Amino acid sequence: MSATEATRMTPAVLEDSETVAEARRQMAICNACRYCESYCAVFPAMAMRRDFTAGDLTHLANLCHGCKGCYHACQYAPPHAFGVNVPATFATLRQESYAAFAWPAPMGRLFERNGTIVSLLAALFATLAMVLAVAIKDPAVLWASHTGPGAFFRVIPLWLMNLLAGSTFLFAILAFIMGGIRYWRGTASGGAPIGVEPARDAAVDILTLRNLGGGGHGCNDIDDSFAQHRRWLHHAMFYGFMLCFAATSTGAVYHHVFGWHSPHAFWSLPVQFGTWGGVLLCIGTAGLAWVKTVTDPGPVAKKLQGGEYAMLALLFLVSATGLLLLAVRHTGAMGLMLALHLGLVLALFVAAPYSKMVHGLYRSLALLRNARERRR
Amino acid sequence: MPDFDRVWDVLVVGGGNAALCAAISARRAGASVIICEHAPKDMRGGNSRHTRNIRALHPAPTDVLTDSYLEEEYWDDLYRVTGGKTDEHLARLCIRASQHAPGFLKDCGVVFQPSLSGTLSLSRTNAFFLGGGKALVNALYRTAEQLGIAILYDTEVQHIALEDGFAKEAIISWRGFPQRVRFKAIVASSGGFQANRDWLRRYWGDAADNFQIRGTPYAQGRVLRDLLDQGAHEVGDPTQFHAVANDARAPMEDGGLAMRLDCVPFAIVVNRDVERFYDEGEDVWPKRYAIWGRLIAQQPGQCAFAVTDSQAEMNYLPSVFPPYRAGSIAELAAMAGLDAGKLERVVAEYNASVVPGTFKPMVPDDCRTEGLTPPKSHWARRIEKPPFILHPLRTGITFTFLGLKVNERARVLMADGKPSANIFASGEIMSGNILGQGYLAGFGMAIGTVFGRIAGEEAARHVRN
Repeated sequence: MSATEATRMTPAVLEDSETVAEARRQMAICNACRYCESYCAVFPAMAMRRDFTAGDLTHLANLCHGCKGCYHACQYAPPHAFGVNVPATFATLRQESYAAFAWPAPMGRLFERNGTIVSLLAALFATLAMVLAVAIKDPAVLWASHTGPGAFFRVIPLWLMNLLAGSTFLFAILAFIMGGIRYWRGTASGGAPIGVEPARDAAVDILTLRNLGGGGHGCNDIDDSFAQHRRWLHHAMFYGFMLCFAATSTGAVYHHVFGWHSPHAFWSLPVQFGTWGGVLLCIGTAGLAWVKTVTDPGPVAKKLQGGEYAMLALLFLVSATGLLLLAVRHTGAMGLMLALHLGLVLALFVAAPYSKMVHGLYRSLALLRNARERRR
Repeated sequence: MPDFDRVWDVLVVGGGNAALCAAISARRAGASVIICEHAPKDMRGGNSRHTRNIRALHPAPTDVLTDSYLEEEYWDDLYRVTGGKTDEHLARLCIRASQHAPGFLKDCGVVFQPSLSGTLSLSRTNAFFLGGGKALVNALYRTAEQLGIAILYDTEVQHIALEDGFAKEAIISWRGFPQRVRFKAIVASSGGFQANRDWLRRYWGDAADNFQIRGTPYAQGRVLRDLLDQGAHEVGDPTQFHAVANDARAPMEDGGLAMRLDCVPFAIVVNRDVERFYDEGEDVWPKRYAIWGRLIAQQPGQCAFAVTDSQAEMNYLPSVFPPYRAGSIAELAAMAGLDAGKLERVVAEYNASVVPGTFKPMVPDDCRTEGLTPPKSHWARRIEKPPFILHPLRTGITFTFLGLKVNERARVLMADGKPSANIFASGEIMSGNILGQGYLAGFGMAIGTVFGRIAGEEAARHVRN
């Protein structure tokens, strides 16, 4: 064992993983073939290596955006005896790495049967929010019509919102950071510090999803034809999410800095951000779920689909209930909708570190490492 | 179920690039077209599935090709590799038309890589398909479907009924069921016979059992045999094939590109009797890889062993299957079942003959041997840094040279020299007209595309008249 390997902290569960062994077998074929060198970042990164440690393979798996070009172009894809299926194998390995690097470590088990867990969390918190809303205040509050500043807080008190949302959100951030550190250390030894240029390259890759563009013609989203559905839908989802985040942030500033209490006017910044963010999120998540249902199942890791559908559904419901809340906020349905919306948001925060959401972090770190490698 | 009562304008036999180019061209010219592809859908595309690029003439840089590549240079390259065994008229026609081949393929949805420095430094002469040949095949089939071409998979054309050089109907096996297809013109694009071991055995005897077939197992040469037996004019040496040095442990069929080994220039190669038999460093590998399959085929047991050491390992592309590694030459010999003492002597003799030089992996350098027979002219470095490495080699056949003689309209000529009334050919089944021996990277796809287009257009023209 070399010095660099000794300092690496790849979890034993990955070292011993059958998926890692299978990925290693496939990379031996790909590295002798190299027909896919122009599809995405994975294959040039592969070509820089001869031997593939579990950490290397985990890095490549997280670098893979699942565009499926390499599967449809593969002369060794099933039913060929070599059975090369990089998108499905890497998807499975990604999931194993999410579990291996999760913090606290025992929570990694939540990635098994992830669809069930995310769905249950969503149902649980939605129910809980409504029960709590009724329990804390008079049940009649839930059904009454409220208007004017502070209307929302008459249904669910601000302190409770802050306590629940704040604590789960902060915990999610902590869990993400710890997972990221564990991932970074576990997939390669430290290496040189990250310079400005690689960081900029990685930021461009992340924000434009360059690897889902295939250089302009797109990816094999549905079948062997080229399209950019997934790229644009993911953009809608991601930037929609960011707009919603901006809505919450500006809302907090309005509340704490200016003392302007929600509900805000339709043309106010928080509502505008939230509305358009919600619309984009709905389009993105519904569209991605649609792509999933019609895509060629060959390069898909079927076992992981539950968790992916569940997270898409949760994000869709969060944004849809947010939009509905806007629509009914002056009616008697507001209380119910608010409780439902906040319950789902809470479920999202709680589930996030143990769901498909973590792919954003590990993908970004993989892109960052890749950018450094490319600049070397 | 396909309509077997109908009389189709054009039947295309085969399912690779040449077949698809013919079918698409015929359909665009207004003909009704049916394709019979022997392979199932997942394995469609013949040897095109394993290809990577197309050699194309271009007077100026394009988005996918650098610099320029003109007719005379292209012709010189072809003349050199074929040793003059070519039909200059057809060859120049193909070379000129190759200029438009990438554009035609793009129109059919094929995506090319932006020009880049590929591993074989071919980006000046060859345009690379993004993702390789299977992606090209996918795009062509998609176009064919959109044009309304009928495509039958798992369908072998077993016999074409001929009368005075006129094809009347085809007897086929459609998903195992006997059927017949009637047509006005037929394009034979069903490749060579390299996957037909019994046929190879006629020329090579038992050695044929040791040849690996790199590409599609469906290249059985059934239509080629059928037409030759019915008086079509033969072209090309039936005993010859294009072959490379493959990993000895590769599957016997369909192992594809990744099974080839590029280690030869950076190794010494011995046969089963532990004797060297050819200058491993004669020229750069892109110019020599194609002769090593034949060289190995001529050795006892049709096998060979490339021996090198750890310092050379990064000079060639990695092999899919790990090589044998050992701390000593004797151990290495034992792993490969070779005479250990003899291999030690061969390596020692070689090491003693190496003259010092400056090692340059990509160009012919001055690292050579002196007083060794056969010599190693370039990249000769002592084999002395353990672990020592051995790659077992076998012959991997790409395609056979025997084919149907055609004219410049891709019309099949009969033995009496007259063109057939309604039989056309494109691709490997007729490439022997132009490639009598040897090979130029990406030229098979150029022939397939150019003659596929001609065959399709001419077949459609024949139908209209």
